[in-house]
Amino acid sequence: MAARDDTERHGWKWLLSAPALLVLLVAASGPLMIVAVYSFLSPGNIGGVTWDFSTEGWFKVFFSRDIFEPENVSWNWANLTVFGRTVWLSVQTTLICAFLGFPTAWFIATRTPEKRALWLFLITIPFWTNLLIRTFAIQELIRGTGMINTVLMALGIIDEPLQLLYSNFAILLGMAYVFLPLMVLPLYAAMDKLDFRLVEAGYDLYASRARVLWHVILPLVKPGFVAGSILVFIPSIGAYVTPRVLGGGRTMMLGNLIALQFGQGRNWPLGAALSMLLLIVVMAALVFYLRAVNSEEGKRRG
Amino acid sequence: MAKSYDVRRLPGFGVIAVATFVLLYLPILVLVVFSFNAGPSQSEWDGFSLQWYYAAFANEQVQDVSIRSLWLAAVAASVATALAVPAALATTRVSRFPGQTMIYALINQPLMVPEIVTGIALLIVVAWVKVSTGYTGMGYLVAAHTAFCIPFAYLPIRARLETLDPTLETAASDLYASPLQAFRYITLPLLVPGIAAGFMLGFVISLDTVVITEFVKSAGQDTLPTYMLGQLRRVITPEMNAIATLFLALSLLFVTAFFLITRKRG
Repeated sequence: MAARDDTERHGWKWLLSAPALLVLLVAASGPLMIVAVYSFLSPGNIGGVTWDFSTEGWFKVFFSRDIFEPENVSWNWANLTVFGRTVWLSVQTTLICAFLGFPTAWFIATRTPEKRALWLFLITIPFWTNLLIRTFAIQELIRGTGMINTVLMALGIIDEPLQLLYSNFAILLGMAYVFLPLMVLPLYAAMDKLDFRLVEAGYDLYASRARVLWHVILPLVKPGFVAGSILVFIPSIGAYVTPRVLGGGRTMMLGNLIALQFGQGRNWPLGAALSMLLLIVVMAALVFYLRAVNSEEGKRRG
Repeated sequence: MAKSYDVRRLPGFGVIAVATFVLLYLPILVLVVFSFNAGPSQSEWDGFSLQWYYAAFANEQVQDVSIRSLWLAAVAASVATALAVPAALATTRVSRFPGQTMIYALINQPLMVPEIVTGIALLIVVAWVKVSTGYTGMGYLVAAHTAFCIPFAYLPIRARLETLDPTLETAASDLYASPLQAFRYITLPLLVPGIAAGFMLGFVISLDTVVITEFVKSAGQDTLPTYMLGQLRRVITPEMNAIATLFLALSLLFVTAFFLITRKRG
């Protein structure tokens, strides 16, 4: 009786969720599975695929074959360079965001409660405004005729415009700029819960500000750091718009390399394999995050 | 006494924080200021003028893509909200049930997967469906945007539901209200702020979505963001600044409204 009652109750939950799940399956999760399938097919002549099983797509992610001697296999340095750049820029972005985000979150968390809401709102506005527009704003600032070059030349610091746009530096600047709020918000959430009596205890025991920061504050807000780093790292590693606008053709990131395979590259299986690789990296980062959260909770309980 | 040694102070942090806020707003500020420039430059001020706004409004392509963006955002956010309400009701304030984790994972999936991956996944499926049905309308964009908006519509509704007191509904059923009546007269009115917030968030997200649109759209289906993305490679006049400023103002309006709704009642 009770068991039947239970199944009936669960039935309505599935029924009510079904329309949303259906749309998600059709237009989000389902297509992802098809990407996985496509990564094991052969490329068609003008894009698309032919339905012949092949591991060539995955092979080409890492290796390339000599055109004349297909047995002659070497590392695919073009792709590996893009991976390297993607990971390195994402790590740097995360570090810059942490360096700027920590003091900012601390600043907000130590305001009076009424002022805190306003500062928090100021951080949230850029977070919800269009990423493309914010990238465009950076592009305008650093282009040859942009504000930064104009000011530097007017001050006589430089004689001719610096080539800032279309470089790794431009991508880094753009990504740090657009993803910074994602670091501040979780850090603030962690600091908001911080028990300042512990900080006070540290000072009472004659610790310096640096020691309190390192041994008391940082360990206590570590969950915020981990969450913020993941929130910055994941969109960085999958970035497409920022490197496209600020990086130009020669400084691609993984997202642009994927897009290229579905455009001029006309190698959909390779593009699908690269997408799967990106997805695997993102999932690994998420699993790392969940583990960190769980072990943190475990410590607290234990 | 505690005032003599402020435990909340960390030297240098205030300076970095203020610098961060300046850095965060300076580029946007420059962009907005130069949308009012009389000349064609992005760095030399030639006096105040609204000419680039007139130019933007007179530009038929801009009109076209703006209307498409707003229409798409309205439809996608409405559908996503309508789907998110029952899903939130089914998964919030209920006993655990088999498959619950899977439902969560499915709903939140668009938040975790990089947009470029979702974009090319949809490109593949859309190419397929196009060949087999011949349909090239807005349906693809509507479906893609709706799916992407669902988690954003779901989260505020769920958050609102969690704060509702279940005894209110119990009281209603004690007074012989049917479950449907209890929902219509008790739960739904209380849920309105969450629904409004969910819709607005969905609307802003759809308006901002550029990567997915870029890969799903057919010829002649540019939205405002994809149009802007296409223009950024050319020589840019402050007309683009004017368009961006209007776009920013619209997003700002929705975000502020979202904040007021969720803060007052939350």
